[in-house]
Amino acid sequence: MTQPVSNCPNCGAKIVFKWSGSVQTVCPYCKSILVRTDVDLKKVGQVADLPPDSSPIQLNTEGIYRNKAFVVIGRILYEYDQGGWNEWHITMNDGASAWLSDAQNEYAISFASNTTALPAATHIQVGQQFSWNNQRYTLTVITPAHYRGVEGELPFQYWDKTDVTFADLRSETGKFATLDYSDDQPALYLGEFVEFDDLKLRNLRAFEGW
Amino acid sequence: MSAGTPPLPIPPKPQVKALNCPQCGAAIVLRSMGHAETVVCESCHSILDAKDPNLQILQKFQVVTGEVPPLIPLGTRGKLRGTDYEVIGFQRRSITVEGIRYDWHEYVLFNPYKPTHYLTEYNGHWNDISVCKELPVVQFASVNYLGEVYKHFQTSDANTNYVLGEFPWQVRVGEHATVTDYVKPPRVLSSEKSVNEVTWSLGEYMYGADIWKSFNLPGHPPEAVGVYENQPSPVNENVKGIWSAFLAFALLLLVLMAGFDFAAHKRIVFDSSYRLNSGEPRGEASFVTDPFTLEDRTSNVEVKTSASVNNSWIYLNYALINQDTGQAWDFGREVSYYHGYDSDGSWTEGSRTDNVVIPSVPSGHYYLRIEPEVDPKHPPIAYSVQVKCDVPVFGFFGIAFLALLLPAIAITWRSINFERMRWAESDHPPIRIGNSED
Repeated sequence: MTQPVSNCPNCGAKIVFKWSGSVQTVCPYCKSILVRTDVDLKKVGQVADLPPDSSPIQLNTEGIYRNKAFVVIGRILYEYDQGGWNEWHITMNDGASAWLSDAQNEYAISFASNTTALPAATHIQVGQQFSWNNQRYTLTVITPAHYRGVEGELPFQYWDKTDVTFADLRSETGKFATLDYSDDQPALYLGEFVEFDDLKLRNLRAFEGW
Repeated sequence: MSAGTPPLPIPPKPQVKALNCPQCGAAIVLRSMGHAETVVCESCHSILDAKDPNLQILQKFQVVTGEVPPLIPLGTRGKLRGTDYEVIGFQRRSITVEGIRYDWHEYVLFNPYKPTHYLTEYNGHWNDISVCKELPVVQFASVNYLGEVYKHFQTSDANTNYVLGEFPWQVRVGEHATVTDYVKPPRVLSSEKSVNEVTWSLGEYMYGADIWKSFNLPGHPPEAVGVYENQPSPVNENVKGIWSAFLAFALLLLVLMAGFDFAAHKRIVFDSSYRLNSGEPRGEASFVTDPFTLEDRTSNVEVKTSASVNNSWIYLNYALINQDTGQAWDFGREVSYYHGYDSDGSWTEGSRTDNVVIPSVPSGHYYLRIEPEVDPKHPPIAYSVQVKCDVPVFGFFGIAFLALLLPAIAITWRSINFERMRWAESDHPPIRIGNSED
């Protein structure tokens, strides 16, 4: 699915390039040598390609978290200068709203926390430690990002922001936190990393060949 | 959502052109790409213009990607630890230690549902890498991760020199990060630190042959050179366990020896003393002893010779003869004892007693034939001969003990050597050969 697919200009057959950056293939039917002309050759060997949006989750995907069923009702695709990630808006069967984030198929579920007195965006750095709800977190990454696209239902409508800062934190026990500086007041989301298989997801996106 | 919602991006369809012969339209067969100045159509033999833009794309691409061809071609699929993966990206990274650049390769393993894995390869040593969800706890010169302690191995500045294909983030040549490795073979815990990010990952050592099998690759993997930081010792890792086992077996041997000693009769069946005066014997000197009886079962027989030799020797030709069957066991024993004093002090050589054990002698009536030989100018020598049956023999135990001890020593030595080679490459090299056991 990361392989670019096109049609042979000679015979119209479906052709697949071996990998995203490859420029040459041979049509399996008419044996023409086919050359991609849209690859930026200056970048070959210098800059990696990003896989196309590849989240296996989609709207209406259902799953189970801590014995509660949830359904995916919305999505924000974030983008930063070197990549992107998905925040899937989910509602639990008890009405709670949460986020299932998917960054390179590493999944975490988090809930908005009403903790106040959060650090300002200008006062955070990697390695800092914070303690919320008696859990210690270490800041591991600061990402300036912006909304790349949205889908479905979201609990807010501020999708037209320019770059905002996100800070991700981890714990020694697999807990996960995000400081979101989209608004004037920073917001905190607390949660944990989850295993794909444990979520028992249904209505997943199907990928050809997988 | 209201109007103006940013649309979700759709991956563009690749733009494709066919490379055909401009003369006859036949498909071109390209050989020795990148080196060929011209390309010849195999159908009409017309020469393609090397300035053809499509050909230029191919040549330029070939020059760039031919630099370091990935050992696992991009697009290859395989199964690793039960999960299907496709190799979608490749990068060459390097560190520079004491002016020497060390290159290694990283492959991105993609599965649309599962977390991305990475394979690293350095000098034929492979690691399967995954990103840690739990944060390791850094202690002094070690880290604790999920209850296990990893020792600091190396901290260095890693650079990206070359990148091909897809990565979950847009890797760029020239990127660098401080990489710190902590090892607990066969695993390695690495932190990669840049200004705005710390990422911890866990690597598990893999053998090239297993990678080749997993990805169904042709040929053979490159041979692993040297000892890698988290390479499991080919020597049984648990040297302590070997010594525990050795001690247990040694104790068992001791118990067995005590048991055999206890069970043996050690019965004296014959004991007699003789004397050779000076000048004796003259001519044929052999004589036979009184008969004695070996009872019960077939057992071994110990013949003990004691002689009052003093800077002299006596040699006794023995025959143990079965009175009933005539079966005989011939053997000769020398008893010699020398002592003196030289520039190194006093010395002695030999002993005044000698023991020999004859195995598996059936029960019955026996006698000894003895023929003493001595130096013709000897002083008077008194000697005695004692025969014991069913004596415990401990020689086998000694062999068994050595058989246990030698492998334990060899394994310990190899293990120490292997660890020395491992740590020689680290920030904490062993100080000198033969210094410590760690």
